[in-house]
Amino acid sequence: MKTWKCVICNFVYHEVDGLPSDGIPPGTRWDDVPASWECPDCGAGKDDFEMVEI
Amino acid sequence: MVTPPSALVIIGSGLAGYTLAREFRKLDEQAPLTIISSDDGSFYSKPMLSNALSKGKEIAQLITSSADEMREKLNATIMSHTSVLAIDTKAHVVSTTHGDIKYQSLLLATGAIPFRPPMTGDAVDEVLSINNLDDYARFRERLEEAQRVAIIGPGLIGCEFANDMLNIGKGVTIIGPDPYPISGLLPTVVGRVLKSALSAQGLALHLGTTATAVDNNGAGYRITLDNGSEITANLVISAVGLRPNIALADAAGIEVNRGIVTDQYLQTSASDVYALGDCAEVNGLNLLFVAPLMAGARALAKTLSGETTAVEYPAMPVVIKTPTCPLVVSPPPRDTEGEWRYEGKAPNITARFSDTSGTLLGFALSGDAVAEKQALTATLPPVLTHLSGKN
Repeated sequence: MKTWKCVICNFVYHEVDGLPSDGIPPGTRWDDVPASWECPDCGAGKDDFEMVEI
Repeated sequence: MVTPPSALVIIGSGLAGYTLAREFRKLDEQAPLTIISSDDGSFYSKPMLSNALSKGKEIAQLITSSADEMREKLNATIMSHTSVLAIDTKAHVVSTTHGDIKYQSLLLATGAIPFRPPMTGDAVDEVLSINNLDDYARFRERLEEAQRVAIIGPGLIGCEFANDMLNIGKGVTIIGPDPYPISGLLPTVVGRVLKSALSAQGLALHLGTTATAVDNNGAGYRITLDNGSEITANLVISAVGLRPNIALADAAGIEVNRGIVTDQYLQTSASDVYALGDCAEVNGLNLLFVAPLMAGARALAKTLSGETTAVEYPAMPVVIKTPTCPLVVSPPPRDTEGEWRYEGKAPNITARFSDTSGTLLGFALSGDAVAEKQALTATLPPVLTHLSGKN
């Protein structure tokens, strides 16, 4: 499972945790996060995330 | 010193300048790129300034990349602590405190500057505005000693900061002429939900009045309101609004209005000069949010790489960072006739704005209703479509 980070505000999305508050269940792969989803902290789009190794 | 000519010169290292640089580099890895910054050129998360306390972030943690890291990531020349003195749009030259730079294309990403309400008193100069990392560092230092904070301006930024400080146990008072908080964006019922939620958390509100004077008062400040009352605080913050920073463009003879006037390609009245972000007025729209800036940067990066691309804005709801009362708003276009209708029970309100023909043009959501954001956004018309507006 991978981790993705918003390049604008550093919000981190962990595939293993998902984001239940946005309706994204734990274990959701980045590819399966809806294209219209936006960073909950700053509103940046999915394109503005990059994969990070943690 | 005369720097060799740059294909692209960017004035400003905020979110607009660096986002365009990043998008441009995705399409063109080699063209010489120069970024001029009046500060140290580090890239920081501006949207996080108003929720860093709740998230337990120190200043250093807000900096994503230093200027050196940005230089490497972007394969760019970054001129930090450099001020632009003038732009010669005919000769395509920018004069700076560190020499002249010739450009092929120039981006103005000069942002916005806080404006201050007219006030008197011997402590007016000690009122803080927070619009960049240096301001924010000063604020954090002063906040250590302050137990009671007064915020002048009950708008989006004022309320976000208020909520952030309430969350760490500060006493906060907010002052402004508005009938309810964030009245510039929120419809009445949703604004009142926010007001109740923040009041319940301890926020003191002085609405329908303005601060007229700030004076020293022993350990802190005395703020005089035009309704005659006085309040005291150890720290006073002004958050009444931002004005596009147009001075440089104006001095260079580039057309300005509220912001730097651009067409749908972000081109200003001067050839090869573009504007993006808070400083830009794109087809009459000056939107000081992240989403329009991102849309603009993507289109402009293509244009600058040879594929002329107009900016299009989809509906772009704004998430307001008041965790005590989660809010999302997509305000209807200015001067639209129509009506707000409300559903739900406080604090969970869905407000829809429709025009006289029943078309949905805006919405505002509070509490649990924010979950409807994506569904409602999908039904809104775009804000700016290809070659709409005055072209």
